[in-house]
Amino acid sequence: MRPEQGTMQSRAQAMAALLELLTDQPVIICNGFPSREAHKLADRPTHFYMIGSMGNAPAIALGVALSKPGKQVIVFDGDGNVLMGMGTLATVGALKPKNFIHVVFDNEVYGSTGNQPTISNVVQLEKVARAAGYVNVERVLDRDDLVYEFKDMLKKDGPSMLLVKVNEFVEDAGRVAHEPPAITTRFMNAIE
Amino acid sequence: MIESDVFVQALENLGVNFFTGVPDSLLGGIIEELLTRKLYTPAVREDEAVAMAAGAYMAGKVPAVLMQNSGLGTSLNTLISLNMIYRQPCILLVSWRGFEGKDAPEHLVMGETMPQLLDTMRIPHRALSEPTMMDDLRWVGQTAMKQRIPVALLIKKGIIKGLHP
Repeated sequence: MRPEQGTMQSRAQAMAALLELLTDQPVIICNGFPSREAHKLADRPTHFYMIGSMGNAPAIALGVALSKPGKQVIVFDGDGNVLMGMGTLATVGALKPKNFIHVVFDNEVYGSTGNQPTISNVVQLEKVARAAGYVNVERVLDRDDLVYEFKDMLKKDGPSMLLVKVNEFVEDAGRVAHEPPAITTRFMNAIE
Repeated sequence: MIESDVFVQALENLGVNFFTGVPDSLLGGIIEELLTRKLYTPAVREDEAVAMAAGAYMAGKVPAVLMQNSGLGTSLNTLISLNMIYRQPCILLVSWRGFEGKDAPEHLVMGETMPQLLDTMRIPHRALSEPTMMDDLRWVGQTAMKQRIPVALLIKKGIIKGLHP
């Protein structure tokens, strides 16, 4: 079985569980299937769906978090994305924004390009985040732990990383319906 | 030569209120001034800086990113597939290393090709000069915010007073 032994939850299932706990927080969602799945599960104006600029989701979220210290900012990220923009873990760890929660859906593959393996099966990304200075760091496998830890992080000062191991299943989700400039405007108005 | 505090004050007067980037020696004086004013958020890569600035813009700030022109290469994809596609303005303050072939070897190709590169990417640009500074800054700010795209102000050696004059 791949990825990690015992991982049965899909990314969409994990994401749905988290979206149930969120209301009007800004959520930056990385490129590829994660944005499409989030859009299908719950299309909120507070969602910033990325296409392209892989690896930049936490940097965008950091810009929002630093500019809006009163708002808790969430990132939905993937293992390939984190590996590509790994330097941003250091920037976040050094700046220590309290209002920053970084969720990583780790399926150990580049899902959008045909499931080529990443290296997150050997590099534990939450440990990198911990070493970089994230304050709260958890790695979870099942839904109960995911919900428990995410609720806990919503109550705590960050920066926090919640890495959830998920399987490779991809939800049947079409492309995001909104044009990118409309996503920008809608997001800006929603988080004002 | 333009004093760094005059340059930073002029940017602040135009409403720029979020600064990030990666240092270059030509930008050392500006960054020192920004740090003194507690206005600068250091990034570790130029594409990260550009993305951070995009987030800040969406959260109501007017952002500027400082970088060496080699960092344009690093941030190419973010400038295109984030800023251009999503229509997010950004003021790029780019040091023009390798201008007229007078620099270390690693700067020569980018130094020569940067204007064409920016043209190809459809990023408006202009080189800063002391007598036209106010006009240059107004142009870069207005063009970025009006068109909602990144716009570059190119900073050659000897225009702004650095750390080691």
